[in-house]
Amino acid sequence: MDHKQLRELEEKCTQGLPPACTTTCPVHVDAVSFLTEMRAGRFDGAMKVLRKTLPFPGITARICDHPCQTFCKRGEVGGAVSIAALEKACVLLSTAPPEQVSSKAKKDKRVAVAGGGLSGLTAAFDLAVKGYQVVLFESKDRLGGRIWDSPETILPRNVIEEETSVLGQLGVEFRFNTTAGEAVDLDALCGDFDAVYLGTGEYREDLFDLQTTPEGRLFIDPATFSTGREGVFAGGGLRCGQEYSPIGSQSDGRRAAISIDRYLQQASLLAYRENEGPYPTRLFTSTKGVEPLPAVVPANPAAGYTGEEAIKEAGRCLQCECMECVKACEYLAHYKGYPRKYLRDINHNLKMVMGVHTANKMINSCSLCGLCEVVCPNDLNMGEVCKNARGLMVEKGKMPPSPHDFPLRDMQFSNGEMFALARPEPGQESSRHLFFPGCQLSASSPEYVMEVYSYLREKLTGGVGLMLRCCGAPADWVGRKDLFLENRQEIVRLWTEMGKPNVILACSSCYQVFKTHLPEIETVLLWETMNRLGLPPVSAGRSGAGKVAVHDACTTRQEKHVHDSVRRILAQLGYEVEELEYSREKTECCGYGGLMSFANPELAHKVIDRRIGESETDYVAYCAICRDKFASRGKRTFHLLDLIYGGGNSQLAEKKDPGYSQRHENRARLKNRLLREIWGEKVEEAKGFGAIKLDIDDEMKAVMEERLILEEDIQKVIDYAENTGNKLYNQDTGHFMAYHRPVSVTYWVEYSPRGEGFAIHNAYSHRMQIAEEVKQ
Amino acid sequence: MNGPKDNVEKQDWQCCRCKIPMNQGKVKITYMGNDFTIELLKCPQCGLVLVPEELAVHKMLEVEQSLEDK
Repeated sequence: MDHKQLRELEEKCTQGLPPACTTTCPVHVDAVSFLTEMRAGRFDGAMKVLRKTLPFPGITARICDHPCQTFCKRGEVGGAVSIAALEKACVLLSTAPPEQVSSKAKKDKRVAVAGGGLSGLTAAFDLAVKGYQVVLFESKDRLGGRIWDSPETILPRNVIEEETSVLGQLGVEFRFNTTAGEAVDLDALCGDFDAVYLGTGEYREDLFDLQTTPEGRLFIDPATFSTGREGVFAGGGLRCGQEYSPIGSQSDGRRAAISIDRYLQQASLLAYRENEGPYPTRLFTSTKGVEPLPAVVPANPAAGYTGEEAIKEAGRCLQCECMECVKACEYLAHYKGYPRKYLRDINHNLKMVMGVHTANKMINSCSLCGLCEVVCPNDLNMGEVCKNARGLMVEKGKMPPSPHDFPLRDMQFSNGEMFALARPEPGQESSRHLFFPGCQLSASSPEYVMEVYSYLREKLTGGVGLMLRCCGAPADWVGRKDLFLENRQEIVRLWTEMGKPNVILACSSCYQVFKTHLPEIETVLLWETMNRLGLPPVSAGRSGAGKVAVHDACTTRQEKHVHDSVRRILAQLGYEVEELEYSREKTECCGYGGLMSFANPELAHKVIDRRIGESETDYVAYCAICRDKFASRGKRTFHLLDLIYGGGNSQLAEKKDPGYSQRHENRARLKNRLLREIWGEKVEEAKGFGAIKLDIDDEMKAVMEERLILEEDIQKVIDYAENTGNKLYNQDTGHFMAYHRPVSVTYWVEYSPRGEGFAIHNAYSHRMQIAEEVKQ
Repeated sequence: MNGPKDNVEKQDWQCCRCKIPMNQGKVKITYMGNDFTIELLKCPQCGLVLVPEELAVHKMLEVEQSLEDK
């Protein structure tokens, strides 16, 4: 993923692009800003918006042919916003005096504009503002051309005079009653002026000897408005013939003026002009769920909208935006922007060498769940971007060490001697099947690992081996390719030794890792196996068990067969299934994915709270971490195995998250129990620091959990302090205080002896290192 | 990055091994190649120090995170 690819990805996000009303307006009036001002009753502000793009707003607002309204998204829900009528109301309601228009420094180039209709007037205006000396030739004795065909009731004549008077202020000279081509021929114009704009409405071959189209019309290049003769440009009625459009004519005059400016500056006429004139917007806007609202009809149609009516009608504007992913994702909403902006921030973060990498936390906070890709009209996956960015940060040595240190040590624990195990079934040489329960189910509900392993051995023949370890998901999520590949290699080695069995997984994250990174291994999720083999007898006989809302694991987002298996199991168990709005391929993360909860705990809480607030019904999850995360924030949530093996015990939905220390303990105990009960081995009791008994109250446990301090960290500190004597003593309290740095974190423990062990009064840590050694 | 005089510091801690009270002293701490010298309670004899909780969980954490984002 390089900078060019990031810029290409930016293009996938259409948020921030102009909406249809603006892009289909030939001069790109910022209709949304205009309507924002109108709905707030700020008519002068609305007028200011119009003036930004319209040189003669008083005229245009009264006679605009408003192509914008045809494409207004409100048209799908109640009828297009009456933008044209609101513009007219704006010019009547605004009391702002005309703005003073000034031109840039005068240039020595002269431009002739032939024709005083809207295209010629606009070209003259724009060129005069740029500082060119403009002379306007008009065959009649007045400016405006075809706009005089509008009834006076619609376009009062004084408005034409007032609005066009700005040209005089800009120094435009007028030659009235002078027909270009007649009184002064084209050769003379080309001789006297550096460039010529023809806006004469109708093409007369007798007046101009220029290249024509096969239909006999003047040839005008559609992109540059140049004619066949160098330095001569044309537009307006000459281009569109009878299909007159007042706003289209102004666009022609403006675009021709851009060409004339570039021509006189000897710049490219063609570069960067793709988005001139009307074009379809790429901005996606959903009208799903928008309440239909019909257009406000003015009480007096002839007079148009009153102020009150205008405010109400402008209030129907949907303020078009995409934000599909931001609406669906708490993480994307948290940073107050949208992917196009985030991609720029990430690109900048990756590019910069010196300075503060302000996007680090944002990059590390994404759950990588992929919901954004599902809801994005252009399939942009910010999770992939964040994951790749993490990999690059690690490669460059720019990954902050603290957010991922703890979960990576947790992975190390799971792959160490306290938990890791790989054995064929007792009495079997090799294994046709292998149960891989994963480190989190083993940590949350070790008893179910025992149950499921018994069930599988009973149901399957050919040997069911067991492998306890981490699949490597944490390393994969945080861009630690080195650790991930090392673990992958070890899994493949052990699996090969066991006779390349097919692997039955109980964790959705493991499933995703195996499927993506270990394609040589045949894998299946436990739920599919249980469906195929039949549920264990213990689960039978509970019809009308109640209703549960299924939380699908985000790592099985695209696995419809898994979603179906889970629902079939629930049906067999007698449960009615409630489908959450965000379920199956549109499911949400539980706040753990991508290690979000370590990089940004506050955000993870918001993610969990949003998810658990989606239904009052008890949830059922089939990923141990999802269940524990929801339960930790007070949501009654079952694990699917609670419903299979729990004997209908409703209290299981309230079981607390065991906490990090207990998770380690549960894994270690599970291994020992399996070794004792399945393989009949004698297991030695813990020695060394692991044997130190701790007395920690619930309040202290919560502090340790928040600070990511494990009981084993505390044991290590006390072991060190008691063995070296390096500790402080407080006579008043009788407490000891000691610190120790096993690897990369210094842990502080305030403790006192109690019974056979120690009571823990406080624990905290820091990553900074005390450089001075204690003298022995 | 001097730590606030919080409750822990006011308490009468003494070094267990040297059996003497702690004094304020300069202590060098490092993180990601950056060195700082701060005033901490320190055993004048063996150099055992005390980083108060308040300093560890607030100011030190803040400095650690800003250094990590450099």
